[in-house]
Amino acid sequence: MNRSFVLRNPSILVFLALLAFFTLAVTALSEGFGVALISTSFVKTLGKTLCLALVAVAMDLVWGYCGILSLGHFAFFGLGGYMIGMWLMYERTRGIVEASLAEAPIPPTPQEVVDAIGNQIFGVVGSSEFPLVWAFADSLVLQLLLVVILPGLLALVFGWLAFRSRVTGVYLSILTQAMTLALSLYLFQNDSGLRGNNGLSGLQNLPGLDAVPQAVVSIWFLWASALALGLGYLLAAWLVSGKFGSVVRGIRDNEARVRFLGYSVESYKLVIFTLTAMIAGIAGALYYPQAGIINPAEIAPIASIYLAVWVAIGGRGRLYGAVIGAVFVSLVSTWFTGGQAPDVNLGFYTVKWVDWWLIVLGLSFVLVTLFAPKGIGGLFDLIAARRGPDRHGDDLGPDQGSLREKEAVE
Amino acid sequence: MTELKGQLLEVSGVSVTFDGFRAINNLSFSIGPAEMRAIIGPNGAGKTTFMDIVTGKTRPDEGHVLWGEKSINLIGMNEARIAQAGIGRKFQRPTVFEDQSVYDNLLMAVKNARGPFSVLLYRPSFKDRGRVEQLASEIGLAEEIHRKSGELSHGQKQWLEIGMLLAQEPRLLLVDEPAAGMTLAEREQTTDILVEAAKTRAVVVVEHDMEFVRRLNCKVTVLHEGSVLAEGSLDHVTANQQVIDVYLGR
Repeated sequence: MNRSFVLRNPSILVFLALLAFFTLAVTALSEGFGVALISTSFVKTLGKTLCLALVAVAMDLVWGYCGILSLGHFAFFGLGGYMIGMWLMYERTRGIVEASLAEAPIPPTPQEVVDAIGNQIFGVVGSSEFPLVWAFADSLVLQLLLVVILPGLLALVFGWLAFRSRVTGVYLSILTQAMTLALSLYLFQNDSGLRGNNGLSGLQNLPGLDAVPQAVVSIWFLWASALALGLGYLLAAWLVSGKFGSVVRGIRDNEARVRFLGYSVESYKLVIFTLTAMIAGIAGALYYPQAGIINPAEIAPIASIYLAVWVAIGGRGRLYGAVIGAVFVSLVSTWFTGGQAPDVNLGFYTVKWVDWWLIVLGLSFVLVTLFAPKGIGGLFDLIAARRGPDRHGDDLGPDQGSLREKEAVE
Repeated sequence: MTELKGQLLEVSGVSVTFDGFRAINNLSFSIGPAEMRAIIGPNGAGKTTFMDIVTGKTRPDEGHVLWGEKSINLIGMNEARIAQAGIGRKFQRPTVFEDQSVYDNLLMAVKNARGPFSVLLYRPSFKDRGRVEQLASEIGLAEEIHRKSGELSHGQKQWLEIGMLLAQEPRLLLVDEPAAGMTLAEREQTTDILVEAAKTRAVVVVEHDMEFVRRLNCKVTVLHEGSVLAEGSLDHVTANQQVIDVYLGR
């Protein structure tokens, strides 16, 4: 009974081993550290996919285990990206500005440097002043803390208001959706202080590391993403394994019963909602430096809906299902929308996958929901069921039941 | 447990209205610390609403619900806090967590700290595991302890839910139609479990089945249109002309 929880859940070990193998294999095949079979841009795609898998694990915790269909977790993901993006952009611009001002006959004052950075960053939105939200942009430590704190705080306040008033089910989904929409519309404004619809760009360039080629940086981020996914998966598996997991699943299945057992359902929901928002923030902070750019369109409500679709297709209520869903659907999606999928010529009509992919995705979502509610992850149940004793022939009754047919006949 | 003078639960002058319909009308009710009580009454008499008020699900328009030695007012407290104060409730339909094992269901109910962070760091102690096993055998589910509770029969689920209530160590048990859908043998075991429980705590049973109520052999309260119509032994209330008119006569 006292074995560690990893041993009690062999799927965790299998998952971590696969993740480690995947990371090493990609490294060995990469341009930066290996035989250059995989292009740097594809390494980045794979690294980003791991981040999406991490946010899907968070979504599975909040939806698959706790039953809160949040359609706002991509907003937390985006906020994490913005927080790290601010530091990346500030520091890199500072490097450029300082290099160009160094040639001036009189050395620039610190204020002149800051003004020049502001001019560079906010020129596109017709401003040069640093808004208040950039107060900590020069500190990596503070921005890294904000990656976790800001989504966490937003989730805490939002969750507290929503759960306290006992908003549940589809109404809660609509509220989270409204929050996401409001946030993205706010960020679209030029005076939001985050460069409006231009977003933050050039995030793939790490300040002070201009000499390091992207082929190497991409592997660093792949490893960091894999590490974050591994740790996030472990944390999530630990959360849902014990009595806490029992209570959380109880809330999903019968909220009122949990309440009458004396558990404060609202606090549990709040803990899960806030924690998963923080995980989403971390995933976003690792994703956008690999993507290179973040803009408010990333936070649009549709992104959070995709997240729910991934988890549903992968199989909610099991952590590896969420990972499978995110990896499978996002990679297939990249293939279809990237123009790599060959068009299908039907004679009278040519199916262009770029246009038709969304319809295929929507259709498969409907089909999975109707016919395979456990998703792709449910396939593992079939394998597990097959591993059971296969005795052939009829039941031999209570006395001989423990014998195989052959043994009994002999 | 300190000796309680007077009543464990005292409901006085409680009324509640839903959209103009008076579900509970100036209801008064009280029960001692180790007492069994049956509540009977026609459909719509307010039996379930009464339980909703005591457990904090419904907030009454007026009246008091006083609890325990210190006469704490339960009105305005939420369900979880009332449950922690020592009131356990069994629903009409068996509601257990079907996706989880009997063991997990009982362990969740065993009396322990209920906050999210203490639950997160909780590891079942030897004592708690023993308690779960003891409860499982009390409710006749010792053999099924590692099965998913969704696989249990209807009667077994009812017992599991009663077992979860007992695990909470409540001082008052509110039980809504425990015998519904049970076979005769199952009913007898249910009676035994409840009678045993009532030796150390208060038990309120809402039931339609007169035979079941007779077997409980306890004081009976008849509700009608949201207030108490009669109270006393089963023979006493069944002889009451008003009770015959509104309930038994139909």
